[in-house]
Amino acid sequence: MATISQDNHGLRLAVRYLVLVLVAVIFIFPLVFMVVSSLKPDQQLLSDTGSLRAFLPVGDIGLSNYTHAFQRAPVGLFVFNSVFVTGLTVLICLLVCSLAAFAFVFLEWRGRAVVLSIILATLIVPFETIAIPLLLLVSKLPWIGFSGIEHGWLNTYRVQILPWAADGLTIFLFVQYFKDLPRELIEASRVEGATWLQIYLKVVMPLAGPVLATAAILKFLVMYNQYLWPLIVVQDEAYRPVMVGLQYFFQLNTAWGEIMAYLSLITIPVLAFYLVLQRAFIASIASTGVKG
Amino acid sequence: MNIRLTAFATTALGAIWGAQAFAQTELTMWYHGAGNPEESAVLDQIVEEFNASQSDWSVVVQSFPAGAYNDTVIAGALAGNLPDIIDVDGPVMPSWAWAGYIQPLEIDQGTIENFLPTAIGRWKDDIYSVGLWEAAVAMVTRRSVLEKYDIRIPTLAEPWTRDELDAALEAIKEGGEFDYPLDLGMAWSADEWYPYAFAPFLQSFGGDLIDRSTYLEADGVLNGDAGIEFGEWWQSLFDRELVPGTSQDPADRDSGLIDGKYAMSWNGNWAAANAVEAFGDDVLFLPAPDFGNGPKIGAASWQFAVSASSDHPEGANQFIEFMLQDRWQVAFSNAQAVIPATSSAAAESELYAEGAPMAVFYDLSKEQALLRPVTPGYPVMAKIFRKALADIASGADVADTLDAAADEIDADIEANSGYGN
Repeated sequence: MATISQDNHGLRLAVRYLVLVLVAVIFIFPLVFMVVSSLKPDQQLLSDTGSLRAFLPVGDIGLSNYTHAFQRAPVGLFVFNSVFVTGLTVLICLLVCSLAAFAFVFLEWRGRAVVLSIILATLIVPFETIAIPLLLLVSKLPWIGFSGIEHGWLNTYRVQILPWAADGLTIFLFVQYFKDLPRELIEASRVEGATWLQIYLKVVMPLAGPVLATAAILKFLVMYNQYLWPLIVVQDEAYRPVMVGLQYFFQLNTAWGEIMAYLSLITIPVLAFYLVLQRAFIASIASTGVKG
Repeated sequence: MNIRLTAFATTALGAIWGAQAFAQTELTMWYHGAGNPEESAVLDQIVEEFNASQSDWSVVVQSFPAGAYNDTVIAGALAGNLPDIIDVDGPVMPSWAWAGYIQPLEIDQGTIENFLPTAIGRWKDDIYSVGLWEAAVAMVTRRSVLEKYDIRIPTLAEPWTRDELDAALEAIKEGGEFDYPLDLGMAWSADEWYPYAFAPFLQSFGGDLIDRSTYLEADGVLNGDAGIEFGEWWQSLFDRELVPGTSQDPADRDSGLIDGKYAMSWNGNWAAANAVEAFGDDVLFLPAPDFGNGPKIGAASWQFAVSASSDHPEGANQFIEFMLQDRWQVAFSNAQAVIPATSSAAAESELYAEGAPMAVFYDLSKEQALLRPVTPGYPVMAKIFRKALADIASGADVADTLDAAADEIDADIEANSGYGN
C-alpha cells in the first residue's frame, strides 16, 4: 500500500511539474523569440519564423540590430523618460492612494461610502473617453515655474505624471488590504495617544508591504506602457517615453530585427522591477486573492 | 576710466542692437519622419540652408514617428498648439483643411507648374499643400516567370485586361510552383493600404467610393453595378486561392516574393529596391490592369502645409517654396526611394532617371494615378471600405456588404452636414 501511495505521489508530482514547465515555456517563449530575433538579420528572422529556429540563436547572429536601433532613435533618452515618469508616478500614487484608503477604512466621516463608490465607479470609464477633455484641461492649466506663472502643461514631465497620481484600482487594492488588518492594532494605538498620521506611518504602512508591491507592479506596468496620453500631450522628443518611441521603428520597410532589439532593451526595466518585487507580489496575491 | 566705461557701454549696446537686427523669427515645423535617419538628414539640410539663406526666419523641426503623427497633429490642434508648418498625408489634407487645421498656401504658382498634379493638394479651388514626391504601386514580378508561363508582358500603353490578368494568375496557379500566384498585401490590413491599393481596382471597374460630382453620396456608386462586379471579382480571387487572404503572415508580405512563395506582388515603389536587389535585370514593375475603365493606381503622398494658427504664414510659405526646388526632390528621392514630383527632378535622381531600374514608377504616377476622393470625409470612408474589402475577402455577401458600406458612408456624410461639400 505504502509503495502504491508513494508511486501516486511521485506521479502527481511529475504531472504537476510537467504542467508547470509547459506553462512556463508558454510564457517564456515570446521573450526568447524576442531576444533571439533581435540578434538576427531581417531576412533570416522572417524565414526562421516558420520553424523552431525562431527560438534558437543560430545562423548569422550579431548585435547589429542594437547598433541600428540606437542610430534610429534616442533609445536611452526614451528609457530614461519612461523610468523617470513611471518611477515618480508609482511613488506618488502609492502615497496618495494609501492615504485615501486609510481615510476610507479607518476614519469616520459622513459620506465616505458614497465617495468610495464614486471612485470605484471610475474603474468602468475607459481613459479614451476622457482623454480629449483632459488634454484641453492640461493645455490651459497654470504652473509656477522658474520664470513665474506659466500656462499649459504640454511637453513636460508633470503632464505625464500628475494626472496619474491616483486611480480607483490602487485605492481599491489598499482599501481591501487595510480592511483585513486587525482593528485592535489601530484602537490600541489610539488608546496610546498616537495621531492618525503616526498610525498611518508607524502601524499601517509597515504592514502593507504585499499590497504596496502589488499596487506598485500594476501601476508600473500601466505607466510604462503608456501610449495614447504621452502621444497627445508631448510633442517634444525630449520627453517622449518608450512606447511612443516604438513607432520610430515602423517605417514603410519595417526593420523587424531592430524592433526586437528595441523591445528587448525596453523590457529590461520591467523585468528588473518585477524580479525585485515578485516575492511581495506573490505574497499579496496569496493573501488578498487579487489577480494581476 | 570714463573712456573705458564708454567704450564698454558702446560695445555692449552695439552687440545688443546687432543681435536684434540679425535675430530671425522662429518658425516651428512638425514632420512625420522620426525614426528615419536618411529622411531626417535631408530635411535637416534643407532647414540649415534655408536658415542660412535669409535673415528673417529660422525653422526649427520637431519630428514624430509616422504612425503617431496624425493623432499628434489632431491633439495639437485641439490644444491650440500647432506649429507654423506641418506635413500632411495627401488624402487627409481635405479633412484638415475642413477642420481648420491648415490654411491655403500662398506660394508662387510658377514653382509648381511642372509638378505631378497628384503632388498638389487642392481642395475647393485652393491649394493647401504641396508634396516633393509621389508614391506609386506596381505589379512586381520577374520576366523569367512570365516567359515561363507564356504570359504577355504588359505596358503602360497596353496593360493587362481583366481576362488577361485572370488567365495569368490561373496559369501560374496551375504550374504549382508558388504558394500563390499573386500577393496583394492583405497582411497590411491596419493602415491605409487597402483603400490606397485596392480602391483603384474598383475605380477601374467603373465604380468608386463616392460620387465625385457632389461628394455627398456613396449609394449607387460604391454598391452600383460596377461596384458589385468588382466585389465579385475581388471575392473570386480568394475563392480561387489565387491570392493569400486576410490572415496572411506579415513576414510573407515582406519577403514572400523574394523567397519564391509568390509569383507576383502588388506593392509600392518603397519596396521596389529590395526586388531590384534580389532579382536584378529579371525584375519587372508592371502597370495596373485595366478592368474596363482605364488602369488606375492610388495617388498623393506626404505634402507640406501651413497651419491655420500660424502667426507667421509668410515665413512658412517662404520655407515651403524654398523646399520645392528640384535639388531637394532629388535628395529626398535618393535617400528615400520616393518618386520626385517633377520630371526634371526625376531625370536627375538615381532611381527614376531614364534607364534607371525604377524609372517606370514616375510614368505610372504620371499616367495612371487617380487621387483618392478629395473630401474631408475620406478618412472615414477609407476605414469603411477597408472593412468591406476584408469582409468580402472572407466570404461575406458582396451586395449586402457594399450596401452596408455605402449606407455607413452616407450616414457619416449626413452626420457631418456634407463635410462642407
